[in-house]
Amino acid sequence: MNGHSLVVLRSGQAMPRARIPQLPLPDFQRAITAGVAAGQRVAALFADAPAADGNVELYAVLADSARARLRVGRTTLDSDHFPSLTPQCPQVHLFEREIAEQYGVRPEGHPWLKPVRFHASYRPGHDAWGRSSGETPLIGATDYYRVEGDEIHEVAVGPVHAGVIEPGHFRFQCHGEHVFHLEISLGYQHRGAERTLAGGPNKRTIHTLETVAGDTSIGHATAYCQALEALAGCQVPIRAEVLRAVALELERLANHTGDLGALAGDVGFLPTAAFCGRLRGDFLNLTALLCGSRFGRGMVRPGGAMFDLDDARREQFLKCLQSAFRDVENAADLLWNSASVQARFEGTGAVSLETCLELGLVGPAARACGLECDVRQDFPWGIYRFAQVPVSTWSTGDVFARAYVRWMEIQRSVAFIREQLQGLPDGPVRADAGVPKPDHLVAVLVEGWRGEICHVALTDAAGKFARYKIVDPSFHNWTGLAIALRDQQISDFPLCNKSFNLSYCGHDL
Amino acid sequence: MLPVFLARLKQGHRTLPYPAEAPSLPDRFRGLPVIDATKCPDGCQKCAEACPTSAITTADGKVRLDLGRCLFCVDCLEACPEGAVAYTQDHRLATRTREDLVLDGQTLKLAESLDEKSRRLFGRSLKLRQVSAGGCNACEADLNVLGTVVFDLARFGVQFVASPRHADGIVVTGAVSENMRTALLETYAAVPAPKLVIAVGACAISGGPYIDNPEVHNGCGSLVPVDLYVPGCPPHPLTILDGLLRLLGRLEDRPRS
Repeated sequence: MNGHSLVVLRSGQAMPRARIPQLPLPDFQRAITAGVAAGQRVAALFADAPAADGNVELYAVLADSARARLRVGRTTLDSDHFPSLTPQCPQVHLFEREIAEQYGVRPEGHPWLKPVRFHASYRPGHDAWGRSSGETPLIGATDYYRVEGDEIHEVAVGPVHAGVIEPGHFRFQCHGEHVFHLEISLGYQHRGAERTLAGGPNKRTIHTLETVAGDTSIGHATAYCQALEALAGCQVPIRAEVLRAVALELERLANHTGDLGALAGDVGFLPTAAFCGRLRGDFLNLTALLCGSRFGRGMVRPGGAMFDLDDARREQFLKCLQSAFRDVENAADLLWNSASVQARFEGTGAVSLETCLELGLVGPAARACGLECDVRQDFPWGIYRFAQVPVSTWSTGDVFARAYVRWMEIQRSVAFIREQLQGLPDGPVRADAGVPKPDHLVAVLVEGWRGEICHVALTDAAGKFARYKIVDPSFHNWTGLAIALRDQQISDFPLCNKSFNLSYCGHDL
Repeated sequence: MLPVFLARLKQGHRTLPYPAEAPSLPDRFRGLPVIDATKCPDGCQKCAEACPTSAITTADGKVRLDLGRCLFCVDCLEACPEGAVAYTQDHRLATRTREDLVLDGQTLKLAESLDEKSRRLFGRSLKLRQVSAGGCNACEADLNVLGTVVFDLARFGVQFVASPRHADGIVVTGAVSENMRTALLETYAAVPAPKLVIAVGACAISGGPYIDNPEVHNGCGSLVPVDLYVPGCPPHPLTILDGLLRLLGRLEDRPRS
């Protein structure tokens, strides 16, 4: 019960950096473990090196869903080592690996201390693995976990995959078809997206954010704009809040529909695969009707929205939405009513609620384990403060649950968009964005279609980003996929993978 | 089985009548951008200053637009005080050379078809391996869309295959991260010659929003020989399809509408 040692703030509330409590390392770590024990979740844990040769600072952002609060604190490391929290608190495992890789500080006692993205340390001369500063890490070169024994074999897949998808490396430890363990090694998509945000905002910032994960352009742009607006004290017009939420739900509709089709394809059920492939495009076209881009590029901008929806366009929009939804309903019904599909979905790749909580899973993957978590309900922002979207959960944690949660969310997103557009408030769609306040911190949560997107911005004395941290939902959830594969057939991997459908570039940044 | 048949009837026939009929695109769609230099006040640099990727540059009172860098965003439109910048509805953007993407006031020279020998090899059957090398999954998604019933890429004899050994060429997306450089080169090497390289999207052509980041190689042009450039961020599926069909010599006789 040490939560009071961290400062409480709302998602999207800017606070002077001087008010973020500076805790001794043991207190900082105790605050994290106590918060997690009390049901909070680590939304972000990251490092910053304020001076090139100075000490590394760690920041923690805990999400207290029950009270709609964030708890934030920091500590300064006095050496390049610190005791790892992972053995007590598994959900920080990847955050600690990321901190080690980015800033060359080593979490001692970390059970799985491997590179995350295979790049050189941001602090030349400090390396968690003792590599010299001229040495460029070789992608994928790490000590993979191996199971030894007669008849045990290893299957390695990627980085280039069979389909039109992003690259990543997967290693299976198998006995025949039976998977003992799957290790996922990423980093192939590392473009320096997060690193280049420091020193911003500048004219490239929003475009970087829109392509952090290109299928989540609206989600990441929304989180970024909220962060900037909070730092600048900008009030977004209500009409713009509605249009942004409509765009966000369209992004969810397109991706969820595409996922249902791809899941159908992975079990060889071609009717729904074909129908949903087309219908996903219909939702993308709706996004283009709104803003000219199928991926919502240019829609969300600091201060509001770039495009408005006049009455005639709104009528056309609602008509197309209705017809797309009717066809998705028809395509989805086929899935739930086909025994051959259900036989493959049910019981495959199950993740327990306990594991889900330990790993800190988010989004549909967590809701499919029965966890009632949704940023739209837990930390409502914009129009979601006034219009609730019911949280969709299922309890079995398997492929079926992840598919069915998507279908429930499709229905609710359509209902939400209809309701919002029928009562679209009058007024402007954009306000002056203003300039960010110097020496402030803001943490923002947004429910993207994959789950919780967390952005944390720290400004310097000139109001520029001293550090900008991005946590894509995939960062939390990749380990969930690895665990889901345990004791499954290797042939179920594509199905399990698609049921999570995680972002490689969102993870690799 | 009956519900499946009924659903099939309900969902209807969805394949576009393309290329027989001109596609219909939403009115806000941002196709080929045009800059009317006659409207530009002397010395005005506003569009160039606003451009996030320096796709627009000005020199000697002339405005130059590099479609290979262009993100098709609205920053230049917003910045221009004279309304000199506009997007047309023209989705046709693909070229055979990097230089053709740089517009200095001239008309865009769309991709010409392969030579006759290559057309005999690939014109009716082109198998492609896709390599995402730092792509954000938007280009990848709209390449995937070509396989849906709407575009039905296979009716043109074009298909994405699971192995470079089965492919006639590669389609590259992404700015080519250093971490994907080797995989890209090895995939290219694994494709039997003669082979094609198609760069899809601003990232694969120039680095896109990631231009000059040390983590990327500003696209694939410095690593593999590119035969077709398809600009956009991401390009519309029709833009990609148009480029592929032009390359195969199956569209070139159609006049620009």
